[in-house]
Amino acid sequence: MYDLVASLASGVLVGAIYGLAAIGLSLIFGVMKVINLTHGAMIALGMFALYFFVSVLGFNPYVSLLPIVAGGFVVGVMVYWIAVNRVIGSSDLMSLLATFAMNMIIIGVGTALWTTSPYNVDFSLPGISWHGYTIPGTQIVAAALAIVIAGLLYVFLYHTRTGKAVRAVASNRQAAELMGIPTRRILAIAFGLGIAVAGAAGALIATLFPFTILSGGSYELKSFVVTVLGGLGNPAGALAGGILLGLIEGGVAPFVDVSWTPVIEFSLFVLILIAFPAGLFRIGKNH
Amino acid sequence: MYKRPFFWIVLAVIAAFVLVPGISGDVGLRESLLLGAVYIVLASNLNLMIGYTGYVNFGNIAFFGLGGYIGMYLVTALHWSVWLASAVAGASVSLFALLLGLGILRLRGAYFALATIGINEAVKAAVSNFSPFGGASGMYLSFSSFAPLGGPRHALWIIYFAIVVLMGASLLLSLAIKNSKFGLGLFAIREDEDAAIVLGVRAPWYKSAIFALSAFLPAMVGTLYFFKNGVILPEQAFDLTLSIEAIVMLMLGGQGTIFGAAFGAFVYEQFRGFLLVSPLFSQFQLVVAGILLLAIVLFLPGGFMGWVYRKLPRLRKVLE
Amino acid sequence: MLRMSAMAVTLTCAVLLAAPFAQAKTLTIGFTTSETGKLNADSKPQLLGFELWRDQVNTAGGIKVGSKHYKVALKYYDDQSSAGRVQQLYSRLILQDNADFLFSPYSSGLTATAAVVSEQFGKIMITTGAAEGKTYRLGNKHLFQLYTPADKYLKSALDVIKAKSPKAKIALIYSNDGFSSAVAKGALANAKRMGLHVVFDESYASDTTDFGPIINKIVASGANVLIGGGHYADGSTLARQLHDKKVNLHFISLLVAPDIPKFANLGEAALGVTVPSQWEHSVGYKPDFGVAPSAFTKAFEAKYGNQPGYHAAGGYAAGLVLQHAIEKAGSIKTAAVTKALNGMNAMTFYGRVHFATGAGDHGLQIGHDMVLAQWQKGANNKLVSQVVWPASAQTAPILYPLKTFAH
Repeated sequence: MYDLVASLASGVLVGAIYGLAAIGLSLIFGVMKVINLTHGAMIALGMFALYFFVSVLGFNPYVSLLPIVAGGFVVGVMVYWIAVNRVIGSSDLMSLLATFAMNMIIIGVGTALWTTSPYNVDFSLPGISWHGYTIPGTQIVAAALAIVIAGLLYVFLYHTRTGKAVRAVASNRQAAELMGIPTRRILAIAFGLGIAVAGAAGALIATLFPFTILSGGSYELKSFVVTVLGGLGNPAGALAGGILLGLIEGGVAPFVDVSWTPVIEFSLFVLILIAFPAGLFRIGKNH
Repeated sequence: MYKRPFFWIVLAVIAAFVLVPGISGDVGLRESLLLGAVYIVLASNLNLMIGYTGYVNFGNIAFFGLGGYIGMYLVTALHWSVWLASAVAGASVSLFALLLGLGILRLRGAYFALATIGINEAVKAAVSNFSPFGGASGMYLSFSSFAPLGGPRHALWIIYFAIVVLMGASLLLSLAIKNSKFGLGLFAIREDEDAAIVLGVRAPWYKSAIFALSAFLPAMVGTLYFFKNGVILPEQAFDLTLSIEAIVMLMLGGQGTIFGAAFGAFVYEQFRGFLLVSPLFSQFQLVVAGILLLAIVLFLPGGFMGWVYRKLPRLRKVLE
Repeated sequence: MLRMSAMAVTLTCAVLLAAPFAQAKTLTIGFTTSETGKLNADSKPQLLGFELWRDQVNTAGGIKVGSKHYKVALKYYDDQSSAGRVQQLYSRLILQDNADFLFSPYSSGLTATAAVVSEQFGKIMITTGAAEGKTYRLGNKHLFQLYTPADKYLKSALDVIKAKSPKAKIALIYSNDGFSSAVAKGALANAKRMGLHVVFDESYASDTTDFGPIINKIVASGANVLIGGGHYADGSTLARQLHDKKVNLHFISLLVAPDIPKFANLGEAALGVTVPSQWEHSVGYKPDFGVAPSAFTKAFEAKYGNQPGYHAAGGYAAGLVLQHAIEKAGSIKTAAVTKALNGMNAMTFYGRVHFATGAGDHGLQIGHDMVLAQWQKGANNKLVSQVVWPASAQTAPILYPLKTFAH
């Protein structure tokens, strides 16, 4: 019994981070219908950015989030203008290819710079222990920060002019253009935001676990699952979807061999997709 | 079908694949062409889904991998001949795709694409835990399995020719479907599924049928390919990157065209292979491949065939 | 030392004598290595080992075959950590690059794929970085394995448990990949034979990033020692999370990951973790031929600026063993060298090397023993890796049981 409770609790905490990672993917898809295949690479870059700030420059990991988010935004806007802008509006597959190509470039450069061996940010905070089970402090802070970042993004999207413009472009680009919204610039901003959030998620993950340049790949896959649980293109639902995924992972672990977790996870993903294509959560959905 | 010039082009390509390495006996060339042929099979069958029907199947590699697994199981555990194993693998994976299709083909656009990623990952994870298939440690082929084909040296040639035959079959299948009423129905679904249904295309049946059909030859090739490799492991069989690469090949050549799919696959394979062995680029092969791919996507969005058709519209009737 | 300098003198003399007459002949050794993809971190040190051997041989005048000397050239391609192109590249190495001998890629899976080609062309392939034993039971005649096979990997860890706390409750958790599950299968059988008590036996998906759920299960099982693991990324995450989650264990032994020097970056989480190792720089083997362990370590450090782990040593040893067999055979013909390898039962800096010669297991490594290394606090609290088992190779006493956490 204790083990189930402990597993569920850590599931929720890890899930909040899955959710944050997926928000980036979901936002970009929601606004411009682009499945961003650089997502995993960007999460990994966030991890290495944290390593740089903490282990090389000696910053506090949570303070480092600020420059990482800012840097992620800049990188995202750049990637948008280099790779995505030209293919917006042509077939869906073209943006897929463009982002896949960017992904190859980033992973190639990353492998040359850092090899694929694991890096670790040696950092810990006192945690909570209960009947032999311990939840590390870093995990609690990371989950809290994930929720805060998601909340800030929500405030931005719903209560600022630019945020409203992003949503307007998401729901109808032509109409937004006619209303005088500079849609290309808004798309660039949305892409930058998506990458910034992915980078922040990567940075938070790096405070918890060791990572390699390829680590982003598994989070990218999980982000796909989470996005579907939360409703494709619905960033607010993504956070709930992430927590649900964490709960599933924590909840099934005590009962089956953990190597079966991915089987359950992905089968459930397909089933939910078939049964509820609009996702399980409709929070903040604007149509 | 034999009245179409493209039919004869396909035969000429098969002849070239057989004769050039066959006469010269050049094993290096054969190995390179073999990978090209495998990619052509993957890309042209993927084309049936993406190019003809408008459904992006991200998990296409699952057919190839599952076919490899079933075939290798029949060969190693039940000591079947590789030919029978390959045919049975093809048939059973097709059946699997048919049943699966009835479920997931209700989804459209990105939802379908994501579901196929989920299926590939679920199948991979399930196979890694499935002990008759060797679980995570996979299945290894004993060298004696090559004996019925005249020992390893001989066997690899025979497997190569068989894969080339399946490559030809893939191209001809694409051609046959393109020029059939069935194909017309698929094109209608691609252009506007709802309108197609109104016009009397039995869309769910069409989609499931093409999904199953597009699984058959990749699964057969899967068996032959892993038989040749001598070993099959989950991460080799269900490599999502190869799935995405197959889409890349298709887009490079020009989706919807048979020649484009084959050409894209072949050129992509040769190009990656060249980068790997080139002393200048091998260090940065991933980066170089990425930059070139990006350039093609940005500046040649119709793929190679899109460009050819624009320049020489008359070729449309020859290179289909 | 004396023997070494004697050899060096002999070699130098031989070179001086031969130099004016002999043309520069080269012996090409072909292989693929993972310059990109997930095996890159493991594969890289192996490549460095090959290269160090090549440079040393060439400086010393080359490999001596009868009266001739052959310079060594390495020819390699990137296999991208995936089996897709391995056969194509090995065929190319043999046919276009005229490789005389082959080394294996890194990892059991890629090696099994490459082995088909080596067998097809009848080329000798020294395998290193590939511990899975299945490949040698398929009827290969030209494969020779340097690593102790996977099923014996955790034997030394079990010996420690047997000696220190035979009643311990063992948790065996491992990555669900070919190598790790072969290791686990062997360990389980061994534990049973030794009368040890495995209370928890489970695998996790090889790309697991969060070990929270499985660690909770370990706690629930009441286990007090842990053996298993997988590769670099998962092993280091597991060790870190065991520490973060304050799991009380007397003993931890993980595969592969703790062997890289970078493992020390885990800080406190690395302390006390042991790793079954094919080789450690501190071993005291007295070689029958070739360098001594300390000389190898010194040369490696001088060239690359870091300490060699067992992947690097395995790479160097592959070259050394091949060189010795060629020199002994006095020929570079496959049949003669195969015969020399089949007959080899010798001590090297890397440990004993002896290949099985039966029809059902030809080429399997049966002479080599593994050691157990442990991360311990050294001078000024820096983490150092010490050989703790077996007693004969020990450089420091084993830390057992580990410090427990107060909750």
